[in-house]
Amino acid sequence: MTFDIRNIRKSFEGTEVLKDVSMEIGTGEFVALLGPSGSGKTTLLNIVAGLQHPDSGTLSLDGEDITRLSAGARHFGMVFQSYALFRHMSVAENIGFGLKVMPRGSRPSRRQIAARVEELLEMIELPGLGERYPAQLSGGQRQRVAMARALAINPRLLLMDEPFSALDAQVRQSLRASVRDLQQKIGVAAILVTHDRAEAWALADRIAVMGEGRILQYDRPERLREAPASEAVRVLAADAS
Amino acid sequence: MLRRLLILAALAFTVIVVILPVVSIFHRAFAEGAGAYWTAVSDPETLAAIRLTIVTALIVLPLNTVFGLAAAWAIARFEFPGRRLLLIVIEAPFAVSPVVAGLCFLLIYGAYGPVGAALADYNIQLMFNLTGIVLVSAFITCPFVVREVLPVLQVTGLDEEKAALTLGANGWQMFRHIVLPNVSWGLAYGVILSAARAMGEFGAVSVVSGAIRGQTMTLPLQVELMYNDYNATGAFAAATLLTFLALATLALRGLLHHFGPKRDQAA
Repeated sequence: MTFDIRNIRKSFEGTEVLKDVSMEIGTGEFVALLGPSGSGKTTLLNIVAGLQHPDSGTLSLDGEDITRLSAGARHFGMVFQSYALFRHMSVAENIGFGLKVMPRGSRPSRRQIAARVEELLEMIELPGLGERYPAQLSGGQRQRVAMARALAINPRLLLMDEPFSALDAQVRQSLRASVRDLQQKIGVAAILVTHDRAEAWALADRIAVMGEGRILQYDRPERLREAPASEAVRVLAADAS
Repeated sequence: MLRRLLILAALAFTVIVVILPVVSIFHRAFAEGAGAYWTAVSDPETLAAIRLTIVTALIVLPLNTVFGLAAAWAIARFEFPGRRLLLIVIEAPFAVSPVVAGLCFLLIYGAYGPVGAALADYNIQLMFNLTGIVLVSAFITCPFVVREVLPVLQVTGLDEEKAALTLGANGWQMFRHIVLPNVSWGLAYGVILSAARAMGEFGAVSVVSGAIRGQTMTLPLQVELMYNDYNATGAFAAATLLTFLALATLALRGLLHHFGPKRDQAA
């Protein structure tokens, strides 16, 4: 699988927030978009997800142009910063939602959905919590449910928008490792948006350092340290880890 | 001392302004005994008024529910030209006197109004019948659902809807499974308020109804008619029916308040 982002531009009311951004992501690769707020990283993620549309540029997955595809048709799993769990649905209903809304022809049976939900609850180490409601879960548990819900649809790409920012430091550490494990076990390529250097360094195969709507450098973490392309990247890399 | 005085004042005010009048309705209605009350309530004209009132509410409520939901969603979720204006216009029925509203409808949709005259050529009459009563009732009650649903939508935010879209839900599924359950309590509240108002409205309806006995008299109009006919027992008996509707509304509101939101708001 290769996901290709080509020459993406996006403006809001005359302000250009993405200035010709290009990058590609390989099979099973874990990529972090790292930058301060206002650097355009969340806009880029939303464009990849299909929740916003670029002014110009293309997105392609294995050569298929998906720029005009709706968010649902892209089949990407998204974990939101707020988790965005459906508050009136149980944990099991949340996780199974993406399967339940599939078109009649391809939709799994009720029993198949239940089995898949159980499997995912095991995977995120919350077996037996399917009947709970989001309000009854801790922050870390909610985050894992959001992850399971995104993975339930067998996404072609996993997108995460600051998934750990609402958690305290201890929970964050342990969840980081489990997110990375899950992602590798499933073998899905992932894009993580973060402003936390340590997080990017700990998780990502490659990091795209973003600033003012551009990618300043896109490389492996150790390369960012050894050969920073600019002073900004050098400072960032020196401070991280 | 001051506290007691305040409580006393509040109680006295409530008794004088709310409780006494309500009690007196029942007192007067039953003054000539239960038999007379029953005869008055089962009077064919009163029964026709009850039927018309309920039919009107049953037509107006679905209309305003659909319109209110659509308008609230559009205002909460989209930026479009005229959005602010729509928000103000929707509230207009609260600001305009109902009698004036009724006259406006008469001016436009009546036989001498631009729309009414054009339709008259096709033998379609909008005023002085059920259509006219439904139209003004819809106008009078149009803000309630929007006003209850809009704040709920604004508080819940967009993320759940976006999440549903990324999971493959189409627009209708997103609305049915995410938006509707999230606003359901506010919606129920708005519908109850609309129902109470639609059934109790006097001013606007009296202008467009034409007051045809047994045909275009709603319950509030029937109360006034009988009172003017020196049929006090009949008027007060019909008034008790409206009072029951009001009490039922209050009870439903209380129930919604008691069992409604909060429980799962933390998510």
